[in-house]
Amino acid sequence: MIHVLLVLVAATALLPIGYMLAISTGGPDPAAPLLEGGPGETADRIRGNFGHVLTDDSTNFPLYLRNTLWIALLGVTGTTISSAIVAYGFSRVRWRGRGTAFIVMLSTMMIPFPVVMVPLFTMFREIGWIGTFAPLWVPAWFGNAFSIFLLRQFFLTIPRELDDASRIDGCGHVRNFIHIILPLSIPALLVVALFHFMFVWNDFLGPLVFLTHRDQFTLALGLQLFLSKLGQTPWNLLMAATTVMVAPVLVLFVLMQRTFVEGISTAGSKG
Amino acid sequence: MRHDSTSTGLLWIGPWLLGFSIFTVLPVMLAVWYGFTDYTLLEPPIPVGTDNYTRMLDDPILGTVLWNTALFGVLSIVLGTVVSISLAVLLSNPVRFQSFWRAAVFAPSVLPLVALAVIFKLGYDPEVGIANTMIEGALGWAGVRGPNWFGSGFWAMTALLLISLWGVGPAVVIYLAGLRDVPKQLHEAASIDGVGRWGRFVHVVLPMISPVILFNVIIGIINAAQVFAVPVLLTGEGPERSTYFHSMYVYDNAFTFGDMGYASALGVLQFAIILLLTGAVLLAGRKLVYYRGA
Repeated sequence: MIHVLLVLVAATALLPIGYMLAISTGGPDPAAPLLEGGPGETADRIRGNFGHVLTDDSTNFPLYLRNTLWIALLGVTGTTISSAIVAYGFSRVRWRGRGTAFIVMLSTMMIPFPVVMVPLFTMFREIGWIGTFAPLWVPAWFGNAFSIFLLRQFFLTIPRELDDASRIDGCGHVRNFIHIILPLSIPALLVVALFHFMFVWNDFLGPLVFLTHRDQFTLALGLQLFLSKLGQTPWNLLMAATTVMVAPVLVLFVLMQRTFVEGISTAGSKG
Repeated sequence: MRHDSTSTGLLWIGPWLLGFSIFTVLPVMLAVWYGFTDYTLLEPPIPVGTDNYTRMLDDPILGTVLWNTALFGVLSIVLGTVVSISLAVLLSNPVRFQSFWRAAVFAPSVLPLVALAVIFKLGYDPEVGIANTMIEGALGWAGVRGPNWFGSGFWAMTALLLISLWGVGPAVVIYLAGLRDVPKQLHEAASIDGVGRWGRFVHVVLPMISPVILFNVIIGIINAAQVFAVPVLLTGEGPERSTYFHSMYVYDNAFTFGDMGYASALGVLQFAIILLLTGAVLLAGRKLVYYRGA
């Protein structure tokens, strides 16, 4: 009984992914049977569909992929480094007002993007950042509330005696942070890096507001552009393009499942 | 044990303080200011007092988007909570390949929303989509036809609610951790007292995971209030603006109509609503949520 339920639930959960893959291997008619014409023709269609998507002139997916990777790389590096520094200040440094500052930081997670969207647009326009990648990665270098929270929770689990020992050895906070805390926190740093990568990959409203030119589009905007030409764009090509966007995150998920789960449970159980 | 000076502490959190001031405090203050102005980007903001806020009172579209957002929020949170707790209970059973089942349930949650929207755009297609193919395959003999998903407000909203269920993965993971922390002795004590499975779930498990439910509901409110990408790509405004949500209205006012002042005021309204609701839920939580050791 329970196995029947599990199979049903898993099949339902995976249906969108399976559907996307199935259509991306098919012909222009999405109602045509799966693997029509045998493995040989299917392989040809896969080559044709993905080849078309990756070389299409009006929508330049290899470029969108590079743009997204570039924004992700800059953002992930920045958010991981800066959040770790700030999280150290919220966990291993003891100072008056720390608790209050931490609550303030947590409550900023409630601020919806639409309220800051217009002012950020005018501010970035003032300094000439609209139509560049800068609005999408520079803010990440100043720490992200959720990442700081996760890293702080992790840093608090590291025994305090380690700090004391390193202080006796004459290390200040900076060396303690770099030589003791960071090396012990690789799994938590990975969680933060992974979550920010997922955020960049998923972000739609940010690029929509701050990017102006097609050459700068991310995969999310590129896919939207491709979708807007529905009617001229057959479904198999659209699904092939979707697969191009989805494949990297699915591969990451399969490889780093534990990291995902640990990060999310930390957020939930200690929230 | 050493105590550091406040300035050392502030120095460490300096990156965040700086970013918080520039990318959060300043924009929020500007948004409040723009909310009291007429601002088209072409010329500097002109103060107009509370015009933008009085305009809200007789803006029928605002009423529609607030209603839609509230409806989607309430239904998606209730539906999502029921489904994710059920899935967590199912997946907490010690069965073979447990990690596979869990991975399968979580996997769709990593899909970017834009990708999810494209997949469901075809999935819900009345002619060739898999949703109606399956409905008619299963119930076609009884004369049941699949609906025109994007043709009526009811079905468009239903389509969006159903899609939101493919994103319950993180909530399921959090509930699984919560279920694992329910003490075994409580289960045993209750079953010795002759309490059945359902009774134990209602009287033991639910109270024990109530803090986790509260956490997920708050996250749900913050997310639902900002729903944007999927409706924009999948249904647009929908029939009779039935899937036109608050964030879409803010975006359109700002970047389609170029009315930055009104858009900012609408953003401030959204922020105020989130704050009020979160506060209300936290207050209600004090009464309803059971904290161990409290």
